[in-house]
Amino acid sequence: MNTMPDDRYRAGVMPYAQMGYWEPGYEPKDTDLIALFRITPQDGVDAVEAAAAVAGESSTATWTVVWTDRLTACENYRAKAYRVEQVPNRDDQYFAWIAYDLDLFEPGSISNLTASIIGNVFGFKPLRALRLEDMRIPVAYLKTFAGPPTGIVVERERLDKYGRPLLGATVKPKLGLSGRNYGRVVYEALRGGLDFTKDDENINSQPFMHWRDRFLYCMEAVNRAEAATGEVKGTYLNVTAATMEEMYERAEFAKELGSVVVMIDLVIGYTAIQSMSAWARRNDMILHLHRAGHSTYTRQRDHGVSFRVIAKWMRMAGVDHIHAGTVVGKLEGDPATIAGIYDILRDEYTNADLSHGVFFDQPWAGLNKVMPVASGGIHAGQMHQLLHYLGEDCVLQFGGGTIGHPDGIAAGATANRVALEAMIKARNEGRDYLVEGPEILRTAAQRCAPLARALETWGDVTFDYTSTDAPDFVPVPTTA
Amino acid sequence: MRLTQGMFSFLPDLTDDEIAAQVDYFIRNGWAVSIEHTDDPHPRNTYWEMWGQPMFDLGSTRPFMTALAECREAMQSAYIRVTAFDATKGWESPRASFIAHRPTAEDGFALARTSVQGRTQRYGIRADVTDRPTAGRYR
Repeated sequence: MNTMPDDRYRAGVMPYAQMGYWEPGYEPKDTDLIALFRITPQDGVDAVEAAAAVAGESSTATWTVVWTDRLTACENYRAKAYRVEQVPNRDDQYFAWIAYDLDLFEPGSISNLTASIIGNVFGFKPLRALRLEDMRIPVAYLKTFAGPPTGIVVERERLDKYGRPLLGATVKPKLGLSGRNYGRVVYEALRGGLDFTKDDENINSQPFMHWRDRFLYCMEAVNRAEAATGEVKGTYLNVTAATMEEMYERAEFAKELGSVVVMIDLVIGYTAIQSMSAWARRNDMILHLHRAGHSTYTRQRDHGVSFRVIAKWMRMAGVDHIHAGTVVGKLEGDPATIAGIYDILRDEYTNADLSHGVFFDQPWAGLNKVMPVASGGIHAGQMHQLLHYLGEDCVLQFGGGTIGHPDGIAAGATANRVALEAMIKARNEGRDYLVEGPEILRTAAQRCAPLARALETWGDVTFDYTSTDAPDFVPVPTTA
Repeated sequence: MRLTQGMFSFLPDLTDDEIAAQVDYFIRNGWAVSIEHTDDPHPRNTYWEMWGQPMFDLGSTRPFMTALAECREAMQSAYIRVTAFDATKGWESPRASFIAHRPTAEDGFALARTSVQGRTQRYGIRADVTDRPTAGRYR
């Protein structure tokens, strides 16, 4: 439907909705990218005009009419808001669907995609707040990205670990350990039964531990643990640094030492992530991403970018692991929202599911699956809940829940591994493990003193707070 | 030492009934189930010897358990593992794997180090048992 007036190109200011950025009833093409925004207009600003403004400012528009539009096929390049709906139970907020033509975006560039969609518009004055809730990426655009260098399937093949979540631990304390002491934690945790240990996001190269020292001692620990168990082990060596040159140098050293995995932080930026992904692909390396910084823009429901969108971008950019929430741990994580994010990372095809906050069907066009990592305030006593909420294709990271074990780090690791194996075995045997979980753990603990101590120490620890990022749509029970 | 590969190495060795319950789970998922054995449990020894073909379309666990008993009888001093293969698009890979039999006395692994430049070490892991001729391993 053409809503543009005849004098569309007369110099001056004109509502965005009349400049061609509002096209009610527009049928998005299969090749269009669709963004779903939550818009909170300033008082007195019409919701449709606000949606059109978002479309305009995230594509071709500026605040006034420009004649140079007419030198281009400008209708094609204008993003089109085509649907606006009030958010359930919020009379000040609206969902706006906006379609973008494929030609607006550079192939294979998350930086270009995000510079367009979230570049300017979040500071726009007529809006009190704006959140990018979800995005439908057309297959045609997905095919310009290489995606995760390894993926869940090949990671499992390389590590020879199937049928259960992988187990990890972040070395604690996060800061202050010397390289030698740090490697001790790695060795104990891996020999005790974990698959991975991990540098924390802020471990780079500080006065107390130079990065080369950390890498050397960690790989000594990894190899000792492999020899002690006959099992493949890994430690996420964080190669985050100030420059790409420095990151490449650290990654090359990790490779030279035989590490199976390197790690980066989200704060290095999208271009750097894509560069490291290409490096990992060239070097048979699993790439772990810590989502450092994300809560500054993902946590509040009114403003920012939903983590489900970040998860999509990271699957495209190409990481193998991403921290994606625990549900039961110490960090933000509504169960339904987390389920939606895990689906986005692991599905071949993600179906729209409003009760999980997922607005669009999303085919993944053969991009590898990303392994979600659950980390932060989880312990062996929650194993049944973790398996229920998160499934088996994830990494469960027990940092404090391994290293804080009263009988030592290896005992902590063993407790977690025994709890996990007992739960997987019970699930496969067809038991109702979510209900019987505590009993399954108690039975396993009868033959495993470290698990008994872990349950004694942390059995009752929970983190029960109201979530700030729950879906807006609550499923209505259907009567059969 | 105790080799900790597979899904259940931290639990007591599975009984035949427990093994059958796992295989039943694999069958219910529509996965093919295979038996493999080795005398070199190096963590990167991917290709253990196949005891026959993977079993597709198993109607019950019985043929599988019979084959496992035969393999165990013939290979008492080897490691035997059960692996389930999922042919679903997007997986097409093992979905489960556990050790169903292990030698009574398990040898360990030696860690060999070579010093390279600086403090860098090259590591090599070698199953102690492979120091012996193939014919005599685990006897």
